[in-house]
Amino acid sequence: MEEFIQQLTNGLAVGGIYALIALGYTMVYGVLKLINFAHGDLFTYGAYLGLTLLTSLALTDRLGFVLGIAVLVLMVMGLAAVLGAILERAAYRPLRESPRLSAVVSALGASIFLQNTLMLIYGARFQVYPDDILPTATLNFFGLYLPLMRVLIVLASVVMMAALYLFIQKTRIGTAIRAAAIDQSAARLMGIDVNRVILLVFLVGPALGGVAGLMVGLYYGQVNFTMGWIYGMKAFTAAILGGIGNIPGAMVGGLLLGVIEAMGAAYISIAWKDAIAFCVLILILIVRPTGLLGERVADKI
Amino acid sequence: MVNLLSLQHLTKTFGGLTAVKDVSFTVEKGAIVGLIGPNGAGKTTVFNLITGNYQPDRGQITFADTPLNGLRTHRIIMRGIARTFQNIRLFQQLTALENVLAGCHYRMRSGIVATMLRLPAQRREEQQAVERAQQELAFVGLNSHALTVAKNLSYGDQRRLEIARALATEPRLLILDEPAGGMNEQETEGLIGLIGRIQQRGVTILLIEHDMRLVMRVCEKLVVLEHGGKIAEGSPDQARSNPQVIEAYLGVEDEP
Repeated sequence: MEEFIQQLTNGLAVGGIYALIALGYTMVYGVLKLINFAHGDLFTYGAYLGLTLLTSLALTDRLGFVLGIAVLVLMVMGLAAVLGAILERAAYRPLRESPRLSAVVSALGASIFLQNTLMLIYGARFQVYPDDILPTATLNFFGLYLPLMRVLIVLASVVMMAALYLFIQKTRIGTAIRAAAIDQSAARLMGIDVNRVILLVFLVGPALGGVAGLMVGLYYGQVNFTMGWIYGMKAFTAAILGGIGNIPGAMVGGLLLGVIEAMGAAYISIAWKDAIAFCVLILILIVRPTGLLGERVADKI
Repeated sequence: MVNLLSLQHLTKTFGGLTAVKDVSFTVEKGAIVGLIGPNGAGKTTVFNLITGNYQPDRGQITFADTPLNGLRTHRIIMRGIARTFQNIRLFQQLTALENVLAGCHYRMRSGIVATMLRLPAQRREEQQAVERAQQELAFVGLNSHALTVAKNLSYGDQRRLEIARALATEPRLLILDEPAGGMNEQETEGLIGLIGRIQQRGVTILLIEHDMRLVMRVCEKLVVLEHGGKIAEGSPDQARSNPQVIEAYLGVEDEP
């Protein structure tokens, strides 16, 4: 039983990270019908930016652990959002009127560019988060010992997802985003500036993806310039699992995929972890191509 | 009378097809003007030119004394033009209330930062928008359907919801593209009343309609198009007695 709960919480932590990345894919898809393949690399940038800021600014020494990490999260979100906006301007906006395949090729190109830039700056080796900064404390829940970091990651991802959900559902700007996702030209006729909606999606998605990268760094302690690829693929799977274009779907899909993977790794074999995740993708595409909560089909790509 | 909208020598071609050919007409402030003509006469193209969906090849569109040429659609909407569509284009998955709220969008000022921080002013504005949206729903008689998802509304209700959504942008000019399309007699009767109430609010109306009884009853002026060109402009009676209009609608008997 304890083994099970350990795996479940681990799965939720990883799943929360997948969900945060998946939101970036699904929001961009919702508005532009484009799979932003460079999104996984913005996640990697989040992890590296977090590492650099954490070590060079010594935030936790100056501000204490809680405040230091909070400031770090905000800085990583802001910088990742700026990167996302630049990506949209440079790689996608010039191709807005082109066939969709051009934008996808541009996305792949942007992904390679971002990844290699990171390699040139930091080198190809694994980078390690300083382990003296990270808390190794464990929390005792009725005799069950859970690492503090894991609990924090689950809580933080749930809070961010809830905030995003309320933002999308309850505010005027959220309504504008949903309207633009359904019918761009009708949205324009309601006075909605669709270009700004697209820009906003490219700010919010990468901000969440960047935080996910930071969480991976803090949770596992090491980062690599190629890690965005596999995390991106997993998050993409999560987005499809929940129904691409559907925001609650990405959240559910991410958490579910994380738990399935953790359970598979624990009770089948850890070597099969990735295979299990992608088998889930294949299964869902066969059984329910629109995803668990989705209505629309990803008809291209 | 002051012209709210004026079109001068408007021309639009698509490849080899001239959809709109040297069309000029004016819409006076507070009036209800009908744009009529056989299918394919270029009526909807004229609407799309006004709202900036297309750019004219030649000619000038002036709204409230300022030219609209080259402005992007949402900028044109901000100057006070709203429209509905021939084939209904609601945000199908959103509720009736949310559809109207989307129309309130640009009249609200709070930025993204204020929205994320839920500042008091922003929350008040959000609340006011909901109240306004509910007023517009009540105005078209849909207040009991506020929380119904748009695609589950009846056809006539969807048309009325589109009008409510357009009114939420607080337009000075409302453009209706076949508002009675697909309506039964009773619904059309209700629509005529609604158009009258919109006019009483001080909104100028430009409409395309094939239902001639509606056009003759509500419009103060008609502009008749055929093959992209204007063939008549004047009061409904003038239009009805114009031989060119009769020819366009009924065809002319071939000389033996």
